[in-house]
Amino acid sequence: MLLDVPAEILLGILLAILAIAYFAGQALRRQPQSVVNPAIVDTFLYRIRAWWLLYAVLGASFLIPYGRLATVILFGILSFWALREFITLTPTRLGDHRALFWVFFVFTPAQYILVALGQQYFETYSILIPVYGFLFVPTRVALAGDSRRFLERTAKIQAGLLICVYALSHAPALLDLQLIKDGEKWRGGSAGMLLFFLLVVQFGDLSQFLWGKLIGKRVIAPAINSSKTWEGFVASVLTTTLLGGLFWPVTPFNLLEAACMSLVIAVMGFAGSMTMSAIKRDRGVRDYGTLVQGHVGILDRMDSICFAAPVFFHLTRLFFSAA
Amino acid sequence: MPMTAALLAFVAKVLSGSTVRWIDSQPDTCQRVYFANHTSHLDALLIWASLPPHVRALARPVAAKDYWERGAIRRHLATIFHALLIDRTEIKVHQSPVDLMIREVGTTHSLIVFPEGGRNTETEMGEFKSGLYYLGKKRPDIEMIPVYIDNLNRVLPRGEFLPVPLLSCITFGPAMWLEHQEPKADFLQRARENVRRLKDL
Repeated sequence: MLLDVPAEILLGILLAILAIAYFAGQALRRQPQSVVNPAIVDTFLYRIRAWWLLYAVLGASFLIPYGRLATVILFGILSFWALREFITLTPTRLGDHRALFWVFFVFTPAQYILVALGQQYFETYSILIPVYGFLFVPTRVALAGDSRRFLERTAKIQAGLLICVYALSHAPALLDLQLIKDGEKWRGGSAGMLLFFLLVVQFGDLSQFLWGKLIGKRVIAPAINSSKTWEGFVASVLTTTLLGGLFWPVTPFNLLEAACMSLVIAVMGFAGSMTMSAIKRDRGVRDYGTLVQGHVGILDRMDSICFAAPVFFHLTRLFFSAA
Repeated sequence: MPMTAALLAFVAKVLSGSTVRWIDSQPDTCQRVYFANHTSHLDALLIWASLPPHVRALARPVAAKDYWERGAIRRHLATIFHALLIDRTEIKVHQSPVDLMIREVGTTHSLIVFPEGGRNTETEMGEFKSGLYYLGKKRPDIEMIPVYIDNLNRVLPRGEFLPVPLLSCITFGPAMWLEHQEPKADFLQRARENVRRLKDL
């Protein structure tokens, strides 16, 4: 069983809140332009729609038979798309073409197939990309015979593979942990863990944005991201910790443990969006979405999830799992 | 293996993650010559696929015979997207590619051409060959639409046969015509500039 009653309730409430927010946005949109800025409302509506879609698809895949497999495939597609954006943004040379082919069509599917096979392949999927992928990429690039900026090029491909595929694959891997609560097997549904994780990450992003607007003064690194402030960071980590703690019924954690996990997730989410901002700034783009006109920037939405997933996964596995 | 044009267009668009933009022009079934920068063997296929179905049905990409006739799969694909295959190795005096194109388009079809000739590996676009000028001269009624293809050379570079699914972008620009008594060099320069400036829009 993936979805238990508390998780169902949480998912229901979430979809309802998003739906209300969407209709509220639609109502705002009908206001005259002097009252609200239509561009901001459009961005808001667009994000709400994207979130709604993510949770609706996720909820649907929890409910169907082979729900875990469906969720793994969903994240596999997200990884593939994120990697596509990452590599498109990164200048590569002709000599990298074959290595890229392997990255897209061998390592990415292989990682998700191993995750889908489950916990008994934990050791294999934990090292497939950091060991085999890490060594394979420079070898294949070297065989192509182009030495110009060799280290830089291979490092970029490795980083893309690690962030977009390896790190993100830990999110669906949460569904197959043998969780324990108070020394006994936890009876809840594992979908709650993934839901808890995604909610906390996204609440962290959102609250950071809002707190930054409200009380933000000192920008952390102006050259990297002008909207991330110390005040926003601290306030958002605190609120995320408090709110995340309240989600404890869908997890094997108690209130305090859920709050601690939320703290870690909020900090890692912040780390992810700062790092990806630095990469974007280095390449001179604002969003991965504007990289190619009219294209949806999946990486813009996934950056904090990518960084928080492996840390949350390993902490949970270490302290709350029988494996 | 039966494969419809719609399916091929869908696969081509998914694989190259393409975004299509129309700037100061709209898809239309009137007779047109789409001329684009040439960076990859997928160019002709992808411009064709980017057109809406009813426009696509009338468009004929001009492609290299030696590439698209090699192997059964490519030959089959070329017939699906109605490629007008041009023999690059053997150009006869009385059967110039422009004559062939004019004969094939008749009064209904449109063309997709790559005036640089061969694919360009440099970042900067090559000079345009004169075929576009003669097309404009013999058929002054046909609209000429500049098209800029971005990033497709990384999806399938020269000499590679396996595509890497990066994101690309196709931009269609405003129509242009050969002006009255416009010199060949000026026209080709203007056409090239019209493609190049779409990059920054």
